[in-house]
Amino acid sequence: MSEHKAGSNLEKVLSAGHFAFTGECGPPQGANVDHLIEKANHLKGCVDAVNVTDNQTAVVRMSSWAASIILIQHGLEPNYQMVCRDRNRLAIQSDILGAYSLGIRNMLCLSGDHQSFGNHPESKNVFDIDSMQLIHTAKTMRDEGKFLNGSDVDVAPKLFIGAASNPFAEPFDFRVYRLAKKISAGADFVQTQCIYNMDKFREFMKRAVDMGLHEKCYILAGVTPMKSVGMALYMSKQVPGMDVPPSLVKRLRGAGKGKVAEEGIKFALEQIEEFKEMEGVAGVHLMAIEWEHKVPEIAERAGVLPRPVV
Amino acid sequence: MIVAESKPIKELLEMVKDFKRILVVGCKGCVTVCNVGGAKEAAILASTLRISGKKEGLDVMVGEHTLERQCDPEYINELKDVIGDYDAVISIACGVGPQFLSERYPDTKIFPGVNTKFMGGAVEHGVWAERCAGCGTCAIHLFGGLCPIARCSKSLLNGPCGGSSNGKCEISQDVDCVWDLIVTKMMEQDRLDELTVFRPPKSWTTARDGGPRKMIREELVK
Amino acid sequence: MDDFKPQIVAFCCANCASSAAKVSQGMKKALPDNIKIIQVPCTGRIETLHLLKPFEEGADGVYVAGCQEDSCQYISGITKAAKRVTQVKGILESLSIEPERIDVFHMSAGKGQEFVEVADQMVNTVKGLGPILTA
Repeated sequence: MSEHKAGSNLEKVLSAGHFAFTGECGPPQGANVDHLIEKANHLKGCVDAVNVTDNQTAVVRMSSWAASIILIQHGLEPNYQMVCRDRNRLAIQSDILGAYSLGIRNMLCLSGDHQSFGNHPESKNVFDIDSMQLIHTAKTMRDEGKFLNGSDVDVAPKLFIGAASNPFAEPFDFRVYRLAKKISAGADFVQTQCIYNMDKFREFMKRAVDMGLHEKCYILAGVTPMKSVGMALYMSKQVPGMDVPPSLVKRLRGAGKGKVAEEGIKFALEQIEEFKEMEGVAGVHLMAIEWEHKVPEIAERAGVLPRPVV
Repeated sequence: MIVAESKPIKELLEMVKDFKRILVVGCKGCVTVCNVGGAKEAAILASTLRISGKKEGLDVMVGEHTLERQCDPEYINELKDVIGDYDAVISIACGVGPQFLSERYPDTKIFPGVNTKFMGGAVEHGVWAERCAGCGTCAIHLFGGLCPIARCSKSLLNGPCGGSSNGKCEISQDVDCVWDLIVTKMMEQDRLDELTVFRPPKSWTTARDGGPRKMIREELVK
Repeated sequence: MDDFKPQIVAFCCANCASSAAKVSQGMKKALPDNIKIIQVPCTGRIETLHLLKPFEEGADGVYVAGCQEDSCQYISGITKAAKRVTQVKGILESLSIEPERIDVFHMSAGKGQEFVEVADQMVNTVKGLGPILTA
């Protein structure tokens, strides 16, 4: 991990050995550029890169590449997310070239939630290739300068390739092998699903470190502060692949009326402190969705400000 | 086998509302096995149409006939002497049947009586589940004998996606996560190395994506 | 409508239902004369088509009289029959015909009274619904 693959801010921060701190911003359900900029501005100066989601939960939003460009225009570095649900390999390779040409330097490769979750459940799903193959595609285009069919890409897109990792999905024993597979396929960095079950995550990281995965890939731990007891219950029951321990729900309930959000933030801050010292964890990915205005405060209290300039 | 489901009766009544002489044609193939299109079901549908006609005070004549199969011209031909007695046909065979009938009897209105769904088998008495998506390049041996193309909601070749819970797919509690089954089986059989092999992007040219398909046995073609 | 005499077809099993019928005869309880009884070895033998045919032939109502679920001589006969009755209720509903025109009743061998009551009940129900013919 010596020479820069893409030269993005995120890559430089990580390769310099700093503890990275990334955020997230969802594009609008429309062309409301002003609202997008307003949300993104909260994150300015607080994070190294901002994840821009791609029709998240299969709900149609402004395309992630467009929203990513808007972020660049307003002085933020996007982490352009792409899912496999909506595009075939032609559109995927085409979008990679387009994104790179317009200044995007980080890309997160995901499968995508099934369209039945979203607001256009009758649509055809694509899944021409899966997230593993998407990582491989981005890597092949970047390092070999070749399309999937073997023909040459005239100017190779230099992207810092990311992937998602869910330590809490089933079967648990296989998750670390799947992470290893993604790294072999070409993932430079990985952001995990948001963590609440710290015991399970510690076990996962131990296995990852044992396999030396942290030396081949930067692992960022996902954190989402709980805003309410309702949110905790919703996430534990309705969101696939999520593991919310009853002890956390109990802690939130115990905080008392009006104080739950603060307790949720406290828990997140405790997590961040532990992640800073945890072997193999190279940073934190904070997903404060529709709570972007809280990010500066959380970043300040987590002691991750100011962000390093590299 | 091909698994189909009966169309709602209201939909069928709407289709044939302008016709007075209707023939219900069943098939002794797949649709008999999944209890939607055999001789029994043809008789039930014919009886239902007659009851409806009686109720509305209409003079409707409904006949029923079940062919060995509706996917071979020689069986379709068997109707040639009787089809003239009818002005509409409801075929309760899979989607192939109504098309073969339409081609052979272009002057008769042919209606599909079932919705053809998938290739699958019986998982318990009265329940059939999808097993094959007809991708044209079978490789189930790479996945412990299970098919991720047909049985994974996202057709992942390098699954699982991480959205499953309790062995069920994120889309529904009624759908097993096939990757959960594949990984569990192969880990139990100590075949982790097969699971960590990178499966490259699939060529969909042999699937329906490549266009309508044909299969030819050269030695049989005259 | 007062002189409407509904034609009812009743499928009765050779076990509980027929025993009940015998008892009712012994009790000199008359069965209404617009009920046509068809005896079957077990109600499980009744196919969906058998339940539809009477309606095709002009019946206004149909019912199945069999054993209690746990005393069917052939174990699951009455259970199957009940499912087929449900299927036919669905078919009738899709034809905008009242599903109450078909039903299933569970008899006890010795209760002749019940046998007649059920017959009366069906006749009353169907009489209230009137004939099927719309036109």
